[in-house]
Amino acid sequence: MPSSIDILWFIPALPLLAAFIGAISTQRMRSVASGSALSAMAVSFGLSCIALKDALAAPGVHQVNNFSWVSVGTFNLQLGFLLDPLTAFMLVMVTFVGFLIFLFSTGYMKGDENYAKFFCYLSLFAAAMLGILVSNSLLLTFICWEVVGLASYLLIGFWFFKPEAAAAAKKAFITTRIGDLGFLIGLIWLHSISGTQLFYNNGEGFLETINLVEATAPALFAISAIGILLFCGAIGKSGQFPLHVWLPDAMEGPTPVSALIHAATMVAAGVFLMARVFPLLEFGSALTVVAYIGAITALLGAVIAVAQNDIKRILAFSTVSQLGYMMLAIGVGVWEAAIFHLLTHAFFKALLFLGAGSVIHAAHHEQDIRALGGLAPRMKITFATFSIGMMALAGVPFLFSGFWSKEAILHGAHTWSVSHIPFYIGLVAVVLTAFYMTRLMANVFFGKPRSHAVEHAHENNWVMTLPLTLLAICAILLGFLGTPAFPWLQAKLLGKDLSGALEFGKIFEGPGLMITSIVLVALGLGIGWAIYGFRKRERFGDADPLEKRFPGLWSALEHRLYFDELYAATILKTNSLLASFSDWLDRWIVDGAVQLVSKLGTLLGFINRDIDEQCLNAGFNETAEEIRGIGNTYSKAQSGDVHGYLRVMAWGFVAIVILVSIALNI
Amino acid sequence: MTTFPIITLLIIAVITLGITAVALFLKNIIHCSILLAVSWVGIAAFYLWAGAEFVAFAQVLVYVGAVSMVVLFAVLLTQRKQLDLEKLTGTVGFRELGKLAAAMVATVLVIAIATTPLTGSFDAINEPVITVRDIGIQLRDNHIGALLIVGVLLTVALLGAVVVASAEPKTEE
Amino acid sequence: MTILHLCLIFSALLFSLGLAAALARSSGILVLLGIELMLNAANINFIAFWKFSPNPENGTGAMFAIFSIAVAAAEAAVGLALIIAIYRHQSSIRLQDANTLKG
Repeated sequence: MPSSIDILWFIPALPLLAAFIGAISTQRMRSVASGSALSAMAVSFGLSCIALKDALAAPGVHQVNNFSWVSVGTFNLQLGFLLDPLTAFMLVMVTFVGFLIFLFSTGYMKGDENYAKFFCYLSLFAAAMLGILVSNSLLLTFICWEVVGLASYLLIGFWFFKPEAAAAAKKAFITTRIGDLGFLIGLIWLHSISGTQLFYNNGEGFLETINLVEATAPALFAISAIGILLFCGAIGKSGQFPLHVWLPDAMEGPTPVSALIHAATMVAAGVFLMARVFPLLEFGSALTVVAYIGAITALLGAVIAVAQNDIKRILAFSTVSQLGYMMLAIGVGVWEAAIFHLLTHAFFKALLFLGAGSVIHAAHHEQDIRALGGLAPRMKITFATFSIGMMALAGVPFLFSGFWSKEAILHGAHTWSVSHIPFYIGLVAVVLTAFYMTRLMANVFFGKPRSHAVEHAHENNWVMTLPLTLLAICAILLGFLGTPAFPWLQAKLLGKDLSGALEFGKIFEGPGLMITSIVLVALGLGIGWAIYGFRKRERFGDADPLEKRFPGLWSALEHRLYFDELYAATILKTNSLLASFSDWLDRWIVDGAVQLVSKLGTLLGFINRDIDEQCLNAGFNETAEEIRGIGNTYSKAQSGDVHGYLRVMAWGFVAIVILVSIALNI
Repeated sequence: MTTFPIITLLIIAVITLGITAVALFLKNIIHCSILLAVSWVGIAAFYLWAGAEFVAFAQVLVYVGAVSMVVLFAVLLTQRKQLDLEKLTGTVGFRELGKLAAAMVATVLVIAIATTPLTGSFDAINEPVITVRDIGIQLRDNHIGALLIVGVLLTVALLGAVVVASAEPKTEE
Repeated sequence: MTILHLCLIFSALLFSLGLAAALARSSGILVLLGIELMLNAANINFIAFWKFSPNPENGTGAMFAIFSIAVAAAEAAVGLALIIAIYRHQSSIRLQDANTLKG
């Protein structure tokens, strides 16, 4: 029986194989493609469970399996696989959620002509994500990271014939690339300092040696800078402020893709990376930056989500906001809470997206919440599961997982010694989250149908409702893995025993905090229901109640606080400004000089017309002829004559040999 | 004892070079290709001299057997009217320039080789012999991947050659 | 002057003959044959270095030559097919006539 660290590489390899099968499947073999993708995910899930069992047997131990990849002279680059509770939990989550999303996709994408290709991309995406999780080397992480970027590009632009989808794919790719550049620089810098890319290597990986570094000012500076550079990568991938703009646009892809990107995989990669390199971040002062960026993102996402009308965009901005929470948690030093929230969020957000997908599918691709409505009696399972997801996201107390994980983060932020600002921002975001989710629910499921398609909507078949049900169950149960009374998950992640007096103390220490946040959630839900629940929207064109009250603010929020416009006005403008500057340089300075000379010549000629006419004319003609002659000569070089090219090569070879021998004094 | 192999080498080299030189400057392309086949045999003889028997067989099979046949067919397929006596065309210095370039390259190469100090046992004649059995074991154990790739490459190249050679321009009239 | 030198000079001269053919003949087929000769010269180098290498029992040079011959055969097949295609297109195999890409 091989130990699970040795078979760990199977987990990403199987979806990769499925992607390959999907790539060579023809249109007729569509069931082969989806079948292989599904079974690969199922087997990977099984392996992940075995890995989790092994990892939990020895929490706090980092099992590694390293191998040499490139060895040139003294330069030796190692890659490797790593198994610890963090990896194992994430593996189980990604494979499980991924499997359900794949299953959902078989229903959702049934009519698409590129069905096989879709499963190929999905599998590639899953393979790259699992690769990030099992990687024990920053370089391997980076490779998989880029593959994730590529796969997300392909998936967001899956309906490439829609111009918006193509543009969104391009935007996602380029925006994340900005962050990845920082990641790459950080990676190289780290390598030049530590000489290794491995996280753990029996005491020699850089996360282990980091504690041995002397805390001198240059070392502190370098490590903080590396941490911030790595965080840049996470900003891009996890849609943090200021690179969050791609995430909502990514909604142009098929809904299962949104679920996959926003719930389980791509956005989780950034948070996971931060948790993985946490010892490095902790050493320098990068954590403060992470905390503030996270707090800003949490608030920003929640505020903008209030005024969106596309059901998927609301969810997208709520993802931005929740990711901000996770980063905030990492920034204040409770990375185990971040991972806890990441896991619960993965389930309830996948649930919400798939629920939205179910609604959209039933309503003939109507995504505007102003046009939906009254779906609760028509789609009972979807309604029930979506409500569970919504309550988990809003943080309704005690029963739902989101409450516990959010509580853990707020608690961490409360005890952060540096500042309380992120904590208060987090509290505001709690209210807003409850508010906009209530608005969403009220508009989509209550009231009466506001478009023709919705009136005839009905529940989807089992491949779409089964994942919803399973995810809903998980969205409830998962929270109990990490309640303050029994912080099993956190203990396993940290590899320490947290049970006992300390934790019971925390419960009684923190009821004030807990009560505050419960009150805030109730406040958000109450206001939301007061505004949207009692006065239901009657027709499609009705203005939002808030819009009537605060038209200016509303339109700013509706336009996502003009971030896209801001970037268009600054970065793109700068770019085109540079271009027009070059143009100007060319037109006025270079061309001007030429013009000046010619004007001068004309002037002279005009003055001395009688005397010089012949001479000047001849001179200009001569010049023109000369230029034409040079052009002809150059174009002769492109003779199309193979012999000529070959001869030049031979002469060139001789010349190089002679030059080199002269230079070397041979 | 050491003189005999040197003499053999010299004989092989002189004959091969001589035949090649004559072959490449005959006017009749058919004669050229037949003589070139002979010069490939000379190269195979060199391989035999060096003890690489299998390479010599491969040389004879591939070049003398296959490539020269393909060349002959290509010549026959592309001939018009009488035997293609290559008409001298092109610019005046075309041939001379080419020959001069080749001669310069030859000079440079020979000087470079002659001035390279190769010390060690390069004077002694060692008698390495690699048998077909050795080659087979090597191919099976160490170079199986390369072997498969070359197989695929050959298949693809042949298919490509068929496609290229048989492509009829669709708009002939 | 060692025996290895002789072998290398043999190969260098053969290479130059091939180059001369490629440069001075206008028939596409002969140019191709010249290139084949250059490849053969490279093979001769492989074999010569193998023969005088410190541990010839590996057979690395010989293996290299074999693969090189295989690739050369593929190249010859494709090259001759190209010449036939050019002939069909231009009804000539003179390379000077194939100058559609002239600048």
